[in-house]
Amino acid sequence: MTLFDYIAVAAKILFIVGLAFSTVPIMVWFERRGAAWMQARVGPNRVGIFGLMQPVADVLKLLSKEMFIPAAASKFYYNLAPAISAIAPVAAMAAIPFGSYLIIGDHKVNLQIASLDIGILAVLAFAGLEVYPIMLAGWASNNKYSMLGALRGSSQMISYEIALGLALVSMLLVYGTLDLNAMVVYQDQSLLGFIPRWGVFLNPLAALIFMISIFAETNRLPFDLPEGESELVAGYHLEYGASKFALFFFAEYVAMLMASGLFITIFFGGYGLIPGMGWVLSFFQTSLSPDMFQNLTAIAQIAAFVFKVGCMMFFFVWVRWTMPRFRYDQLMHLGWKILFPIALVNLLAVALIIAWIGV
Amino acid sequence: MTKIVTYKEGRLDKYYIPALLVGLKVTLKQFYKTLFLGQATTINYPEEKREYSQRFRGEHFISVDPTKTENCTACYLCQTVCPADCITIVAGERPEEENPFGVKKEKRPVSFDIDALRCCFCGFCEEACPKDAIKLSRNYEMATLDRETAIYDLDHLKREVKGRG
Repeated sequence: MTLFDYIAVAAKILFIVGLAFSTVPIMVWFERRGAAWMQARVGPNRVGIFGLMQPVADVLKLLSKEMFIPAAASKFYYNLAPAISAIAPVAAMAAIPFGSYLIIGDHKVNLQIASLDIGILAVLAFAGLEVYPIMLAGWASNNKYSMLGALRGSSQMISYEIALGLALVSMLLVYGTLDLNAMVVYQDQSLLGFIPRWGVFLNPLAALIFMISIFAETNRLPFDLPEGESELVAGYHLEYGASKFALFFFAEYVAMLMASGLFITIFFGGYGLIPGMGWVLSFFQTSLSPDMFQNLTAIAQIAAFVFKVGCMMFFFVWVRWTMPRFRYDQLMHLGWKILFPIALVNLLAVALIIAWIGV
Repeated sequence: MTKIVTYKEGRLDKYYIPALLVGLKVTLKQFYKTLFLGQATTINYPEEKREYSQRFRGEHFISVDPTKTENCTACYLCQTVCPADCITIVAGERPEEENPFGVKKEKRPVSFDIDALRCCFCGFCEEACPKDAIKLSRNYEMATLDRETAIYDLDHLKREVKGRG
């Protein structure tokens, strides 16, 4: 690798980490104000313009508080859990492409930190790591509420990972690749001439199962049983305060960001241009050199990616303030007796269709 | 009469998805209404204030006549009727030169203390007063930084009050 490559990778890492770090305060703000708007309230509007500095105030408060470790806690694992929970989703985002490629001089820079052939597996592996902080936090806190939250969280995440995996496999059959970038390229064409060939149009059922599963994976309402306030106080992060709680909080939103990124990459064309953007871009095609046009397209793709992720994040908040929480047995019923069989049948159907007509 | 709304469960209701979509529609509608039409029910308190009823019983005051002399004649009726025991009056005689109406107001409260921390805002003192002297205003912003300030003396009670009186 040349010096240029190192700088390019560093810049891409900076972009993704920056995206994560800037999304979290915006999402915290939007979560609170969006909740208020959906409930005919005003929400926090005192700190800064529109209350936009509220998350900054929250974080400053959390960081300046005392770092407290319960006497009965297992100190090493207690400290390890929030670190893993914050790192895992950020690491998973490394394999998600956020644009095609830039041309700088005679270098081609892929807008993806790690251009892996098995990108989807890397993402799933890091996303799978998110079970561990919940289990570690619940166990190491030595508190019965944390323990119960951790048990619920781990069994829920493992149950829904199966439906998620099967929905994903059906899409992998359609795309015929494990490379996330290749999936986006596949979806970039049009279906029947007028709609984009997005996964959601090819297999809406898999999209639905996948979406329900990522809600469960990120422990968002209606599946936020690990931290069910009404019965478990705060669940697995009950014993955490100050900056360690801030890390869990951060992790929840980065996990949402990562899950949204994965979801749109597989089902909504990833960084592929939103219908209409290509038409606008075509006006510049003649006036710019091919390299510059590619760069402009890449920037438009990044914008499209951010816009799609933003829509998905809005959906997360929207669902959170609409749905009531599941009862635990209902959650397991939905996961094992409904989503799992549907995902299996869906996989079989997709396999048969591909075997007969081929894609 | 209560209106009884019946809803027949259709086949679609078994799959929950339509019901979820209806729920999502409701929240999105409210989101739009609050954000773009400004239909929030919140009152931004220090800037906007809730308009209470004309009969709201808030902070006490003692009415005064045009010469700023209090109407109170220290008859002790309010102190007697007060269920919370928060009024303490010391009666005295008004000096001749201070009394603009001759014999009319020769008895006066030397001190008139109301302990607002004990007061239960029942309004009995106001009802008992034969001179309409003690009254409850509509001011409800009575928070203080220490307990001493919450014990109102005669000077505080004789202040100008907006609203009823």
